[in-house]
Amino acid sequence: MCDTCGCGQEGNPVKISRPGETDHHHDHPHDHDHDHSHDHDHTHDHTHGHHHDHDDHVHGTTQRLIKLEEDILGKNNLLASRNSGYFEAKGIVALNLMSSPGSGKTTLLERTIQALEGKRKVAVIEGDQQTLNDAERIDRTGAPVVQVNTGNGCHLDAEMIRQALKTLEPEEGSILFIENVGNLVCPSLFELGERNRIVIISVTEGEDKPVKYPTMFQHADVCIINKTDLLPYVDFDVTKAISYAQSVNPALTFMELSAKTGEGVEDWIQWILDLQ
Amino acid sequence: MHELSIAISIVDIASRQAEAASAMSVSRVELDIGTMSGIEYESLKFALSVAVKDSILEGTEFRINRVEPLCECLSCTHLFIPNGLFGQCPECGEKNTSLIRGKELQIKSLLVEQKE
Ligand SMILES: Nc1nc2c(ncn2[C@@H]2O[C@H](COP(=O)(O)OP(=O)(O)OP(=O)(O)O)[C@@H](O)[C@H]2O)c(=O)[nH]1
Ligand SMILES: [Mg+2]
Ligand SMILES: [Zn+2]
Ligand SMILES: [Zn+2]
Ligand SMILES: [Zn+2]
Ligand SMILES: [Zn+2]
Repeated sequence: MCDTCGCGQEGNPVKISRPGETDHHHDHPHDHDHDHSHDHDHTHDHTHGHHHDHDDHVHGTTQRLIKLEEDILGKNNLLASRNSGYFEAKGIVALNLMSSPGSGKTTLLERTIQALEGKRKVAVIEGDQQTLNDAERIDRTGAPVVQVNTGNGCHLDAEMIRQALKTLEPEEGSILFIENVGNLVCPSLFELGERNRIVIISVTEGEDKPVKYPTMFQHADVCIINKTDLLPYVDFDVTKAISYAQSVNPALTFMELSAKTGEGVEDWIQWILDLQ
Repeated sequence: MHELSIAISIVDIASRQAEAASAMSVSRVELDIGTMSGIEYESLKFALSVAVKDSILEGTEFRINRVEPLCECLSCTHLFIPNGLFGQCPECGEKNTSLIRGKELQIKSLLVEQKE
């Protein structure tokens, strides 16, 4: 019996592989019966081939079990990898920026675009449920931009990006910033074909955001802590926020900055310039 | 509510399969949904009830298997159930671990009714 996971069986090495996710193959040194991980017991090989039960079954029909093991997000992932192929072919680096509403994505983009002027070509896809406000802000910087309004949708998906690209036609070799819909949950599930994911939290939020919304932080490459100009006025503990985030994703790169004053932004700009 | 997008994908995939099998109806769809997949089970159930409208899946039973998380230590390959969040390896203390179960978002199977 394995004490660590309490799964009650030990024996031959078992190969645990996740169907539909080909990038994870794990050979394990000890055996686990992981049926305990389902909340109700049932066998996976139902033999319902010719099951004649007059209560729930019409005569003249037969039941058949179709095994699928199909990834529900498979279609989005496929479109995302097409987007990613498109980016690669055109030498475009796509960055997916995600945060709660109001953490400062658009403000950071405005400053970033200024800072990259003359150094990199840029293009922007703005995602919001409604309004053209953010696209208009970006437009004022002179950068090419399209807005995706998702209506009730709380995230961008790969198809929306594909459509936006047709309109935007970003130049070869440019940095494509994708500002996702302000939401710390949904966007993390939908790959867009981006090179990197950037999650932004601001010091006016709780430092426990990373543990409250682990999925977002788990999939990010960079975590930006924004609005550091407000640190003297709030209780936000930067060290604590970082250690929370690291507990979810030890590989995260952190940057502390103020998109408003520009303090600390140079590290972010350097990180972008080092891409490609 | 991303659960609605997920529910719509489920209905799309399952309807396509049912059609391919010339099914008259679908009695059950079995799903594996990891507790770390970012899906709220109650929201998903509700979203499914909305997404099935006017599809072959109206009246279908959705069996949702909750898949609990399992971590593998990237240093000593020990397998363990993460304590709350992704944790540290209880054997060697390594923080670099990979979640090998618990993120499932998968349609396992369809039970369809066909003409005899
Ligand atoms: N003090 C301070 N305020 C900031 C900073 N960055 C952004 N803000 C303010 O925060 C508010 C929201 O900023 P936005 O850039 O619109 O935030 P957003 O993440 O794009 O918001 P949504 O697109 O609605 O999700 C605005 O009033 C900004 O001026 C900062 O570094 N310091
Ligand atoms: Mg914005
Ligand atoms: Zn075990
Ligand atoms: Zn959602
Ligand atoms: Zn969403
Ligand atoms: Zn270990």
